[in-house]
Amino acid sequence: MRVALFVTCVNDTLFPGTGRATVSLLRRLGCEVDFPAAQTCCGQMHVNTGYRDEGVRLARRFTEVFRDYDAVVAPSGSCAAMVREQYPRLAAGEGGGFAEAVAEVAPKVHELSEFLIDVLGVTDVGASFPHRVTYHPTCHSLRGLRLGDRPLTLLGNVRGLELLPLPGAEECCGFGGTFSVKNPEVSAAMCAAKVDNVLDCGAEVLCAADNSCLMHVGGMLGRRKTGVRIMHLAEILARTEAT
Amino acid sequence: MSGAGRGRGSVTFIGMPRSFRENAAEAMQDAQLGRNLRKATHTIRGKRARVVEELPDWAELREAGRAVKDHTLRHLDRYLLQLEEAVTRAGGHVHWAADADEANRIVTELVRATGESDVVKVKSMVTQEIGLNEHLAAHGITAYETDLAELIVQLGDDWPSHILVPAIHRNRTEIREIFRDRMAAWGRPAPEGLSDEPAALAEAARLHLRERFLSSKVAISGANFMIAETGTMVVVESEGNGRMCLTLPETLISVVGIEKVLPTWRDLEVFLQLLPRSSTGERMNPYTSMWTGATEGQRFHLVLLDNGRTGVLADEVGRQALRCIRCSACLNVCPVYERAGGHAYGSVYPGPIGAILTPQLRGMGSELDNSLPYASSLCGACLEVCPVAIDIPEVLVELRARARHPRSERMAMRAAGWLLADQARLSRAQRLAVRLRRLIPRRLPGPASAWTDTRDLPEIPEESFRDWWERS
Ligand code: SF4
Repeated sequence: MRVALFVTCVNDTLFPGTGRATVSLLRRLGCEVDFPAAQTCCGQMHVNTGYRDEGVRLARRFTEVFRDYDAVVAPSGSCAAMVREQYPRLAAGEGGGFAEAVAEVAPKVHELSEFLIDVLGVTDVGASFPHRVTYHPTCHSLRGLRLGDRPLTLLGNVRGLELLPLPGAEECCGFGGTFSVKNPEVSAAMCAAKVDNVLDCGAEVLCAADNSCLMHVGGMLGRRKTGVRIMHLAEILARTEAT
Repeated sequence: MSGAGRGRGSVTFIGMPRSFRENAAEAMQDAQLGRNLRKATHTIRGKRARVVEELPDWAELREAGRAVKDHTLRHLDRYLLQLEEAVTRAGGHVHWAADADEANRIVTELVRATGESDVVKVKSMVTQEIGLNEHLAAHGITAYETDLAELIVQLGDDWPSHILVPAIHRNRTEIREIFRDRMAAWGRPAPEGLSDEPAALAEAARLHLRERFLSSKVAISGANFMIAETGTMVVVESEGNGRMCLTLPETLISVVGIEKVLPTWRDLEVFLQLLPRSSTGERMNPYTSMWTGATEGQRFHLVLLDNGRTGVLADEVGRQALRCIRCSACLNVCPVYERAGGHAYGSVYPGPIGAILTPQLRGMGSELDNSLPYASSLCGACLEVCPVAIDIPEVLVELRARARHPRSERMAMRAAGWLLADQARLSRAQRLAVRLRRLIPRRLPGPASAWTDTRDLPEIPEESFRDWWERS
């Protein structure tokens, strides 16, 4: 199966390891991975901060870049939710064939765990990661895409991995894109609650399907010198006994 | 936004002219408030979840609630006229108020005509929205709140901070002090040696209020629902104070937002299931009072209030806020409300619903109102619990697009947009960042310090993903 990787601008720039892990995981499962070089950003930050026009420009670009692929995989619940949920709304008031392009592209965009389970039909990707891990279901994965227990199913089948339940898992970590700098006090308080819960559950690694949220919680885990690492779902699933 | 029908004279809480961020940051200094809020919201949240879970058809009920409200709003003109006719037929008087000033004037004249200078009140958001108590006071009329929490707020010379539990920010020690120090000035004093046991506090309030009910000739209420086909008004409550106010006095004046109308009795069935489960987490609320027109020997006036609502109705995305039945479920699950508290929203409508309703009703002229659409991480918890499926995040994003943006942010966003419009530009910027990666300090100055005060920045990697892809 030939798939296009939408790595997302945050991963491309700050977390290339997640992109590399996604590529190696998909190849291991028999996919042919393409990286359309013209891709940049889905436009979420602009739209959600109130810069609709800039956001629409980026969204148009996204639909053009990925239009000809059968399947697009994004290692980000948030960006996948942007395309599938917000693009159709954005397109409603726009002309120039944007709505048609969205109708064509949006259903083909999958978050990584959706792609693995719903499209490839695998729940055991043959990974090995002998560590204590807890999973934070980020808001857009949980309430936007409704990933449900897909990521937990995948993690549950990783050799040696001890999956620890995260108290208050469904609560927002307080990132919210520009929310974290526009309302830093509330954002930091939300983050602190998440950090406390991570520490309470005794995990060595905090995992999520979104690096932006992980960057936020990880930033405080690091500042507080807790020793807890952050890892994207793709990076854990890419690990095998050989690596 | 267009100014058409925008509410004039809506109340902004005094002492709250600043942005949401500043209000919230200040509220967060109060650790006691934080504990009260957390405990109260998490308790109601849990109760709601349990009673919602036990209904297998909750999703269908919710969809029915949404559909009834949308249908009614689409034909609001027709249903309001039908309601007016039915209320009039049943011996009531209907008054139309375009804005807060007009509603206040009408109510004041109606009270004056009775010759009374005291009125009892049933908890009502809309009379707070228009600042009715203050207006009455300025005309020599004292309004007595009779809901327990509203009484605490009124005696404490305070502002409500939650839709359902207006005194959520107070604990029982504070309440005892308020009762002990302030009750006498408003009527029957608190009993000697009042303790802070909930039962003792409730008893003190009961004694204080009972005198008031028995002596009052005029009552003012809102309504949760109005039935167009019969002209029936519905008030849903827990304490029974509403029932007292609605039945004892000779004159009853109800001020109700025009969006509260429902077409038929049958529609009410849906909402009497949705509302108590969503708001107090009860299967059924203790008191549901319904009345149609005027009972013999009594007078009934209905003041129908617009105050910006038709302006909201004209807005394709924003109008869904008018479906709100004020259950406050969205407040109780909101992580931002939990930290910021209700006062930070600077309006009688706090929490997620306030963040989308206030800027629409009042416009976004003030710094506070302009900042309300940003008072959310867009986590979506509010949408998930809303019994009429208001997509609060969608409306927030829409309002953000209309908000005034700070100049520095505009420039940064434009620069980011330019960079991301072309992969070669993005790639050059990434390589520059890689080259400077060792020079980026742990703590940044200016607006970026908002992040680095409490959180480390991620490290810039040695190469971007796209460079790795090209190389390998
Ligand atoms: S917006 Fe929905 S959840 Fe919030 S108070 Fe209104 S009806 Fe309840």
